[in-house]
Amino acid sequence: MTTFTGNRGLAQEEALIFEQDSPGHSGVDLPALPHTKTRLGTVKKRTKIGLPGLSEPQIVRHYTRLSQKNYAIDAGLYPLGSCTMKHNPRLNEKAVRMPGFADLHPLQPIATVQGALQLIDQLAHWLKTLTGMPAVALSPAAGAHGEYCGMIAIRAALEARGDKRRKVLVPESAHGTNPATAAALGFEVESIPATEDGHVDLAALKAKLGPDVAGIMLTNPNTCGLFERDIKTIADAVHEVGGFFYCDGANFNAIVGRVRPADLGVDAMHINLHKTFSTPHGGGGPGAGPVVFSDKLAPYVPVSWVVHGKNGFDLVEHASGDAVGRLKAFHGQMGMFVRALTYMLSHGNDGLRQASSDAVLGANYILASLSDVLHPAFPGPCMHEALFDDSSLKGTGVTTLDIAKAMLDEGYHPMTMYFPLVVHGAMLIEPTESESKDSLDKFIGTMRDLVRRAKLPGAEEEFHAAPRLTPRRRLDETAAARKPVLRWRPPALDQAAE
Amino acid sequence: MADLRFTKDHEWVRLEGDVATVGITAFAQDQLGDVVFVELPAVGKKVEQGKDAAVVESVKAASEVYAPLDGEVTEVNDALTGDPALVNADPMGAAWFFKMKVANKAQLDGLLDQAAYDAYVKGLA
Amino acid sequence: MRYLPLTDADRRAMLATIGAPSVDALFRDVPEAAQLREPIAGLPAHQGELEVERHLAALAAKNVPAGSVPFFCGAGAYRHHVPATVDHLIQRGEFLTSYTPYQPEVSQGTLQVLFEFQTQVALLTGMDVANASMYDGSTGCAEAVAMANRVTRRTRAVLSGGLHAQYRDVTRTAGRWNGFDVVAAPADPTGSEDLTKLLDDNTSCVVVQNPGAFGHVRDLTKLAEAVHAKGALLIVVVTEAISFGLLPPPGEQGADIVVAEGQSLGNPLGFGGPYVGLFAVREKFLRQMPGRLCGETVDADGKRGFVLTLSTREQHIRREKATSNICTNSGLCALAFTIHLSLLGEAGLTQLAALNHAKAVTLAERLSSVPGVEVVTDAFFNEFAVRLKKPAAAVVDALAAKNILAGVPASRLWPHENVDDLLLVACTETTTDIDMDALIAGLKEVL
Repeated sequence: MTTFTGNRGLAQEEALIFEQDSPGHSGVDLPALPHTKTRLGTVKKRTKIGLPGLSEPQIVRHYTRLSQKNYAIDAGLYPLGSCTMKHNPRLNEKAVRMPGFADLHPLQPIATVQGALQLIDQLAHWLKTLTGMPAVALSPAAGAHGEYCGMIAIRAALEARGDKRRKVLVPESAHGTNPATAAALGFEVESIPATEDGHVDLAALKAKLGPDVAGIMLTNPNTCGLFERDIKTIADAVHEVGGFFYCDGANFNAIVGRVRPADLGVDAMHINLHKTFSTPHGGGGPGAGPVVFSDKLAPYVPVSWVVHGKNGFDLVEHASGDAVGRLKAFHGQMGMFVRALTYMLSHGNDGLRQASSDAVLGANYILASLSDVLHPAFPGPCMHEALFDDSSLKGTGVTTLDIAKAMLDEGYHPMTMYFPLVVHGAMLIEPTESESKDSLDKFIGTMRDLVRRAKLPGAEEEFHAAPRLTPRRRLDETAAARKPVLRWRPPALDQAAE
Repeated sequence: MADLRFTKDHEWVRLEGDVATVGITAFAQDQLGDVVFVELPAVGKKVEQGKDAAVVESVKAASEVYAPLDGEVTEVNDALTGDPALVNADPMGAAWFFKMKVANKAQLDGLLDQAAYDAYVKGLA
Repeated sequence: MRYLPLTDADRRAMLATIGAPSVDALFRDVPEAAQLREPIAGLPAHQGELEVERHLAALAAKNVPAGSVPFFCGAGAYRHHVPATVDHLIQRGEFLTSYTPYQPEVSQGTLQVLFEFQTQVALLTGMDVANASMYDGSTGCAEAVAMANRVTRRTRAVLSGGLHAQYRDVTRTAGRWNGFDVVAAPADPTGSEDLTKLLDDNTSCVVVQNPGAFGHVRDLTKLAEAVHAKGALLIVVVTEAISFGLLPPPGEQGADIVVAEGQSLGNPLGFGGPYVGLFAVREKFLRQMPGRLCGETVDADGKRGFVLTLSTREQHIRREKATSNICTNSGLCALAFTIHLSLLGEAGLTQLAALNHAKAVTLAERLSSVPGVEVVTDAFFNEFAVRLKKPAAAVVDALAAKNILAGVPASRLWPHENVDDLLLVACTETTTDIDMDALIAGLKEVL
């Protein structure tokens, strides 16, 4: 059915803000300008920017309508493997908006920010205790930035002992950020294969170890959703040749409170506060990626950090001597620290352990409940995510992508697809601990039905046409990439800009 | 028309005199899907057999195009920059990537001929 | 445990389906010695919302919020009034609790916002294209230098002495570990440096901040010409985004890359983060750009829609050959930026910028009549440096004890550059005449 407006009930079409311009209008009333001269020297005032003008109600409606075109955890199960889309408690949001945190300048005198420094100190205590590691760098802004921080520390530690080795081993199944980070820092990336059962190939790893190996970057639990059972052996072998063990902590949510990375021989590990500790993903960020360090790397924490001074807490803001330097202005993602600490205090040591247990239980429940219709990539048990390959779809003409798009019509966000690369047509499902059994059962029922329908005659066309019920259907990504249109331009100027 | 030779990385090469024309095979473009971007080497660039010479991209993948032989790039196919879809339409013809002055013609003998390449591709399926 | 839906009965039923005797059995791959059997010692047990809120409120109460006192701090983070609408909208769960828009069919909200954000940033900076955000201005600055190195295939960056010292330090750290040279001019409180002397044939870029860290606004056209004559790129850094409403856009002055801190629009001071980095370039450098990009296209029914595009530059596809390792960015802060700027519009931003400037001009004039205070910056936007007859850090501490946050002592950012007597003073639309009275009275007492 078509409508005059193009709207479909609550699904409203919405033009760009630039297409709704009432020139001269504003959604903000500002006081009149006082009569002062200007002090711009020889610089001339700007005459035109090109921004549209709208009133407040128009803005509220515009962004409310846009919001309604998004899937979100608040609205449903979001089983994106490796992303840990768990419930985002609103108490975290309330806490971060307290004026004592939100309205605090990063360069206020230290005496006026004692509570903020104490909070950072408490967060550091939690992170160090949960990981068993002696030091933490809090300034990294996200997971990839944490990797950068950790790999710089490894460079620095090597440099301090006059060691020029540069080879870093990264499993084939790693997140793309791992090789990207290592390469940016001048390491040579060498990839190590996985075994048939989804673990690091220990023999292949050992064959590559030698005095030229700076370290290994390993995700644990790994991107196949499995705990690397040889992890201690791997750590020992890397240490034996003088290398360091960087652990990608993206999947820490599986083991919080049940395993301390320190006990696995880890030298550095970043923790995505926006995954494990529930700070909201916000449509792509911001995150925070604190990195815990072993004793060997503890001297290489970048500024700033909090110390206990004689007049309370103090902040070290300047690197001395050969310290690694600074990775970001100011003192880290404070807003994420407040949210994460709020979450940790809410859960407590017992609740965090229960959360990771439930996350692992939920993933195994999905693995067990689907394994007769979808082929598990590896035998279980898994950690907090269940990985399937597409062999069950063979001969149907229906692909992993098609299943994902059909899930959209069923009201689900798809799982992570085609990652890790080592599994054909991979479907990586991470339910998190935030789902009730009823929610898991509905999801399982949906997936079973999709696989059933994929095997019916004519399924290929049916699935290729999905989704049909979403705000937009499949989008032409090829056209977007061949002739990129990355901003709005006024219609009259369209051609002049080409 | 001179003989076509192939690499296991799915480049084709046609030698005429000292100059070789290089492109990617029909099999390669099929694997890539819709090509959205091609990055060509600078004219005058010295290339080495098996090393990066160009890049071809689809929406979800970027692949290196390796130089099949040692030599120096003498000409590039600017038509691909404006119309990358040509790689899908005519990979073995109009969508050649670059021409190069070959340093060592003997390297050609190490490449696959049509029959060997066809057999190699068949083995991949 | 209010965040955990499963009951013990659920857990038992699920274990039965799995065929495992206990949850512990699911962790059988963990080495025995590393398995913890009890909750980790040294941390408290779970608490109710009331108790946790009390704990956080007690910590917050130990701080002095900017809004509670006369306040003049800037130096890369600015206190502006954020309309209530902004915070309401960004807390909608559909924005707050969604992920990166990898499934465009159910992410058109976030994607259209990003497209609007990219357009706004391009308009503000006067550049062709902008990305969907970086972590913040400082990390964006280091990324811009790395990008200039890729574009020019050179390895030496020249940084202005008017660049925020922490931006300089972040770039220096990147240079040291990523392997490029960083030549940083000495701190330039007078705004009189000549960077052209530092250029050589291996210089990939010159990084200049405008308004500078000591407040100076300058015309960059001549510098851009000199930089381009050497085959290098001009990177312009802006730490106060409101200034785009009054000053000429860097794109009109010859900038090749513009990096800015977007915090001033929509985002609170928040003790330094999270903020939002703006990153805009000339079209010809598009493919060397770091970060996500949102582009326009059509769906299967021919309707306009948006997708993430040109992803082959990024780590998840290009891995070790990516333009950057960045993945998570500052999505929600970018949303706040976009909503605030949409509310302001052309007229609002222009007026807001003029207001900020007028407040600063008023304060500078009033301060210049205070004995022991000399205004150092002639031409400025909303922040300027003053020279005090006593060390600025001590003056700031003394005034803080009187509940006045007088500004940022330059020595806090440049501890080794002989700027101990300089104080950076910022005004915004939130600054009142009463605040100025308090600052002036306080300075007269302390100096």
